[in-house]
Amino acid sequence: MSAPAKVESLRDAYGQTLVDLGDHDPNLAVFDADLSGSTRTALFGQKFPDRFYNVGVMEPTMMSMAAGMALGGRTVFASTFAVFAAGQAYNFVRQSICYNHANVKIVATHGGLLVGGDGGTHQIVEDIGLMRGLPGMTVIVPADAPTTRAATRAIAGREGPAYVRLTRENLPTVTDGSFAIGRAAELASGTDLTIVAVGAMVARGLEVARELGRVGVSVRVLDLASVKPFDEPALLRAARDTGAILVLEEHSVLTGIGALVAATTSENYPVPVRRIGVPDLFGESGDPWALLDRYGLSVERIRDEAWELLRMRGKVQ
Amino acid sequence: MAQEIPAERLTGLESRAREIRRDVIRMTYAAGSGHPGGSLSVTDLLTALVFDELNIDPAHPDAPDRDRLVLSKGHAAPALYAALALRGYLPREELLTLRKLGSRLQGHVDRAKLPFIEASTGCLGQGIGMAVGMALDARLARRPSRVYAVLGDGECQAGPTWEALMAGGHYRLANLTVLLDRNGLETDGSTEALMGIEPIADKFRAFRYHTLEIDGHDFPQILGALAEARRTTDGPTAIVARTVKGKGVSFMEGKHAWHGKAPNRAEAEKALGELGGSLEASGP
Repeated sequence: MSAPAKVESLRDAYGQTLVDLGDHDPNLAVFDADLSGSTRTALFGQKFPDRFYNVGVMEPTMMSMAAGMALGGRTVFASTFAVFAAGQAYNFVRQSICYNHANVKIVATHGGLLVGGDGGTHQIVEDIGLMRGLPGMTVIVPADAPTTRAATRAIAGREGPAYVRLTRENLPTVTDGSFAIGRAAELASGTDLTIVAVGAMVARGLEVARELGRVGVSVRVLDLASVKPFDEPALLRAARDTGAILVLEEHSVLTGIGALVAATTSENYPVPVRRIGVPDLFGESGDPWALLDRYGLSVERIRDEAWELLRMRGKVQ
Repeated sequence: MAQEIPAERLTGLESRAREIRRDVIRMTYAAGSGHPGGSLSVTDLLTALVFDELNIDPAHPDAPDRDRLVLSKGHAAPALYAALALRGYLPREELLTLRKLGSRLQGHVDRAKLPFIEASTGCLGQGIGMAVGMALDARLARRPSRVYAVLGDGECQAGPTWEALMAGGHYRLANLTVLLDRNGLETDGSTEALMGIEPIADKFRAFRYHTLEIDGHDFPQILGALAEARRTTDGPTAIVARTVKGKGVSFMEGKHAWHGKAPNRAEAEKALGELGGSLEASGP
């Protein structure tokens, strides 16, 4: 039906965009905490060594240092794995960055289960909830490399704290890269059901939508990459137009975008909502994609929940 | 290090410090909560910084080349507010709004609300990291700004404090001066009984700080140490200032109970009597 999607590294996209931004903004500075090869900030560090600080294993203080530097008027990026950025450093992100209104952009890689082999200690599935709860924080979860490039530029151009969650695995390109903060991208149009997804789950959502399309079911797919601020009008439009929503996220189902979508629709336009996310469990070591299946994020599960919602709404027998 | 300091410079600082201490008592009494003990111990250090050492100008609070003061022990906010009022950054009358709803004088300093506050602090172990970031920024921008971080000793039990100190030493930040308000007491008792931080000066030395130990209530020693910090060009300076918690109020001195408790009316009047003032009137 369609040509196989290009598969790209979100981390490469981030690192290369950071170099471009550094070319144009001589005041931009970057911090990392001993993971610059993995996060790809090393690309910036090689080109701009004077403005690159690899501080070793001190993620909480990296956040405070980045904030102190940003208060002098710079745009500052800080990168590490999501478990350290949002977990280890939480109260430093909260006070030094958010409470201080510091212009720091946290780009965290290795979010979610797709970390794979490192196991449950490193697979943070709580970060979106933690970061979304912070006043003043912009939260973005790109689904592919083009969105990663656009989001990196967008947060650099917007004053204030931001958190971007990237995944370790290369992901197929599913968007045209026309990301904008506060806007959801409608990647497939449809009237029978809406799938709302972020990150790696967007591609799985599209796969199921295409499958259902082949049997005459019309599924809308919204990429909610801009988690905060999020596109409430697009979400409520989807609720009105399709009458049922299935949410997909590689994140704890307790505090992620499923919770956001359910709360927003129930307050404004109640429709049946099903949340597919990581249950109230820690992850474990394993093949990244097998882990998604193991924790209930499989294509089969998405298909089953979609049919269940369609039956519930009387759209199929 | 010994230098001649004109007598009027010293008496000016001493009288201002007394005024600040009186305001600390008035403010915490009016608020009904707050941290008088650690405010009184750090008062002389802050007085020396705000009135003598820092290159600052209340008429130009955003001047890029200004020196930066970061109160990492953000709970000593009353002493800093009182010093700033005396220096002309805010009206003295506003001091009594401390901790009240709608006040700019938050329980812990908030940079969004007041000029001169360079960093919002409160949760410990973060202001020092922000100060390191500011010092890196000034060096990168080739600005002459110096950065002064005031640490509490309980704060030296926090791991991130040492992360930040390690970074200051690693980057050889000669424009960074760390002042430790070593009053020996924290909320629940003495630091050495709870979780000992000694030998603290050796720790600073091991973290590559030019380290000075002084009496934190002796202005010639404070000014001498700050001057030596300015002359030190190969790395950061740490000033371990031995102080007395509750300094200047006999019944608060050396009592950890006064870490986070406001005086009642009788206590405030007694304290102000000792400090040469009264609750109602501004002191002499």
